[in-house]
Amino acid sequence: MIRVELPSHLRKLARVAGELELQVDGPVTVETVLDALEERYPMLRGTIRDHGTKRRRAFMRFFACEQDLSHEPPDSPLPEAVAQGREPLLIVGAMAGG
Amino acid sequence: MSGVRVLVGTHKGGFVLTADGKRKHWDVAGPHFAGWEVYHVKGSPVEPNRLYASQTSGWFGQIIQRSDDGGKTWETAGNEFKYDGVPGTHQWYDGTQHPWEFKRVWHLEPSLTDPDTVYAGAEDAALFRSADGGQTWQEISGLRQHGSGPKWQPGAGGMCLHTIVLDPSQPGRIFIAISAAGAFRTDDGGATWKPINRGLRSTSIPDPDAEVGHCVHRIAMHPSRPGVLFMQKHWDVMRSDDAGDTWHEVSGNLPTDFGFPIEVHAHEPETIYVVPIKSDSEHYPPEGKLRVYRSRTGGNEWEALTNGLPQSDCYVNVLRDAMAVDALDSCGVYFGTTGGQVYGSADAGDSWAPIVRDLPAVLSVEVQTLP
Repeated sequence: MIRVELPSHLRKLARVAGELELQVDGPVTVETVLDALEERYPMLRGTIRDHGTKRRRAFMRFFACEQDLSHEPPDSPLPEAVAQGREPLLIVGAMAGG
Repeated sequence: MSGVRVLVGTHKGGFVLTADGKRKHWDVAGPHFAGWEVYHVKGSPVEPNRLYASQTSGWFGQIIQRSDDGGKTWETAGNEFKYDGVPGTHQWYDGTQHPWEFKRVWHLEPSLTDPDTVYAGAEDAALFRSADGGQTWQEISGLRQHGSGPKWQPGAGGMCLHTIVLDPSQPGRIFIAISAAGAFRTDDGGATWKPINRGLRSTSIPDPDAEVGHCVHRIAMHPSRPGVLFMQKHWDVMRSDDAGDTWHEVSGNLPTDFGFPIEVHAHEPETIYVVPIKSDSEHYPPEGKLRVYRSRTGGNEWEALTNGLPQSDCYVNVLRDAMAVDALDSCGVYFGTTGGQVYGSADAGDSWAPIVRDLPAVLSVEVQTLP
């Protein structure tokens, strides 16, 4: 299972507490994890990436294993520790005031 | 006993204020959607417990929420607002052409007859409609394809479609307003639109009498006289007696004719309200005195309403969607400020009292009169 941590606003929107676990079939990438996330929690569609283009929203970040993966192509494999469920994929709202 | 429900959108959440018909003691519920900008909350006129809310965030984008119990609980609805066809371009701040990009929903206008039908006014300016309670949205693209789109430009707050007025006497007739494009009307349910800006004069655009390009801030109508429209423009308070075909100025003796909201008394179609603001760069009341101005003559002759409002050192703004009236007798008037106060008057504006004083900056105020 892939572990995913959402920002608190999106946890509230999806009505979940704490970390999520998602089943991802095939390669584990940001794209496939978000596909699985949006399939299970359709209210999150459009909040992390654009509905149509699937581009990451400007102030969203993807971190894992102390690395910023936000600017990697969305079909790049995530670190092995994420794919094996040892580390979570962190979906983070960028620090931008507010 | 009848009562009122005041729906307040703020920079950091939505609030629901309720009172009985005396409108003296208020229950304050919220924040709903805490931490998010709530641009607008509005109820269905045919099913008052059906509410729609526009919840937005610079991080997470647009969410539409729907309630079926008057705002106690909420469900997320659909949030995909896709422009029809190739979006095209509009004028950008620097005069270049810029592609249309969806940013947020400024205003939600539920249908007068069907609780599942609701219109959404978007930035970048477009009108959307849902016929399934907000689950899916379709653009009414005849407006953007009117042909003048490349001449529309964003106002200081963005290029927003902020006003949607449905004509109760003609189901196909809708009025909308855009900053900064102006006012438009359809008579065929949205298939075709025409700009209705004749008589507007804006010195901040190259041709002051242009067909489009005016920064209209708000339009109001009394349902019993849908051919009479009142407008608060960037500068100037305007009136039309022919459903927007022509406008004339009714600013009269206002201390300044800049402002954002305009509203009509629930029972007196010639009684209107504005909140004069000093200027387009000084967004606060002149002389630090928060005054609502009321005209009982449909404009031109205005009286200051000050009883209960701060008359010194007040430097808040009142935004375009932040004023509303109830339908009780006597008519209640409500407005919210960027300082977080929501003021109410249960006597048509003669006296005011704060309902709440310390909310986040208020973006919108709507009122429901409950049986």
